[in-house]
Amino acid sequence: MENNIEHSDIYAIAHHHRFQWEEAQQSYVILFPEGMVKLHGGAGEVLKRLDGKATVGDIVAELKAAFPDADDIETDILGMFDLAVGKAWLRKL
Amino acid sequence: MTQASLGQSVVQKVVQKTTQAQQNNGVAANITHTQPLWLLAEVTYRCPLHCAFCYNPTDYDKHTQNEISTEDWIKVLRDARKLGALQLGISGGEPLLRDDIEDIVIEARKLGYYSNLITSGVGLTEKRIQAFKEGGLDHIQLSMHDITEEINNFITNTKTFELKKKVAAMIKGHGYPMVLNVVMHRYNIGHIKEILEMAEALGADYVELANTQYYGWSLVNRNQLMPTREQIDHAEAVTNEFRAKVGKKMQIFFVVPDYFAERPKKCMNGWGEVFMIVTAEGTVLPCHSARVLPGMTFPNVREHGLEWAWKDSPAFNKYRGDDWMKEPCRTCPEKENDLGGCRCQAMMLAGDPEAADPVCSLSPHHHIIEQALKDAQNPVLQAQPIIFRTDKNSKKIIAGELKERIEEFHAVP
Ligand code: SF4
Ligand code: SF4
Repeated sequence: MENNIEHSDIYAIAHHHRFQWEEAQQSYVILFPEGMVKLHGGAGEVLKRLDGKATVGDIVAELKAAFPDADDIETDILGMFDLAVGKAWLRKL
Repeated sequence: MTQASLGQSVVQKVVQKTTQAQQNNGVAANITHTQPLWLLAEVTYRCPLHCAFCYNPTDYDKHTQNEISTEDWIKVLRDARKLGALQLGISGGEPLLRDDIEDIVIEARKLGYYSNLITSGVGLTEKRIQAFKEGGLDHIQLSMHDITEEINNFITNTKTFELKKKVAAMIKGHGYPMVLNVVMHRYNIGHIKEILEMAEALGADYVELANTQYYGWSLVNRNQLMPTREQIDHAEAVTNEFRAKVGKKMQIFFVVPDYFAERPKKCMNGWGEVFMIVTAEGTVLPCHSARVLPGMTFPNVREHGLEWAWKDSPAFNKYRGDDWMKEPCRTCPEKENDLGGCRCQAMMLAGDPEAADPVCSLSPHHHIIEQALKDAQNPVLQAQPIIFRTDKNSKKIIAGELKERIEEFHAVP
């Protein structure tokens, strides 16, 4: 991982970006100047939990509890944070 | 699952080709699964500026007295949103000449659009920007329009630069990112360093250096505006140096003009794929200059709903996908990359809307582009006066005057 995501980190959607549910796409999207990305289910699950308080660790714990059957969900979540930080969709609080 | 593959599976670009072609009684028909993700509202063709490189249609004067109403715009926003539109650009002309941009912004926010106002800054007041912010406008793009004057002003530190500085401060003061768009041409490309310094002085976060594309007024003034390849290379080198110097705080995009490229641009990311434009008088277009195409009737929101316009209108289906292509595009291994380029450019320059964009080096009409580059260096042609985008000149062109400047094109730009 390139961005050193720590369990104690708190992230928020980056300035000038908007995260929302899209009915027409049946998915979450991030909107920003001149662009947008459609997020797969897993990424939406993570980002919708960013409330300015939850740490990466909290979100990992919550999703582990919500999806007990998912394999190595923690690696996926950290990878997702790493990618989103790398793309500047998220900012560290 | 590796990290990299997780990235791929988590993130998916929305922009993708989803058009399916079908045969119907021997007539090619397309059933589209595309969505007009981008809605561009060209809310007025009125403008206080007179840019020689304006891409608005030269006959825009026809459309300044019959603009659609606020209620029409609200309906457009709602209907496009139902079709999947997410990004809204509010442009013109100068959109601030309408006094209902506030209502449009509020409705856009309510509907969940990401909205962007594209303005020259003329007419932006503290009161209006406050209303935009409260209404939920996401983003403002400030265009450096009458740039020769602005650059001179900047160097001599006079009027227009003061206005831009004021507007830039307003934009930043309301928590917006400062996005500056500069159209580049022969008269300012040599000042690229000063332009970038000006952008830095204005506190720009993003700068788009957009080389003139030749449509509308800029096509009429092509011999006056076109820089040389050396000028472009020089400008790019200066830009790279500047980029290295300012680092991350100012992102600079340099858009190379298509006349100097080997291959055409994938115009509008494909006809009827992701873009929908609604013009001041309610015409629904797949691209800015589509009205130059012969034999086409474009839908108007006064008569038709947007759903019909996007999915069923003959105009939006005409160049969807690649069924319409002829050689060399039809069998070209690169056709998915550029979809044959721009239909309007093929029409205006080669007289055939189904031809390969003449910009392509494989096009049988490519010599037209080579000639255009030569003409732009011909001192006699260069010396012709610039035809500024004014109501008076637009009226003249509608009346069939100024012929000598447009007769080489196969449609009125
Ligand atoms: S390019 Fe210039 S003249 Fe054309 S709409 Fe923009 S500001 Fe007005
Ligand atoms: S021949 Fe047509 S499809 Fe092939 S690169 Fe040129 S414009 Fe594109």
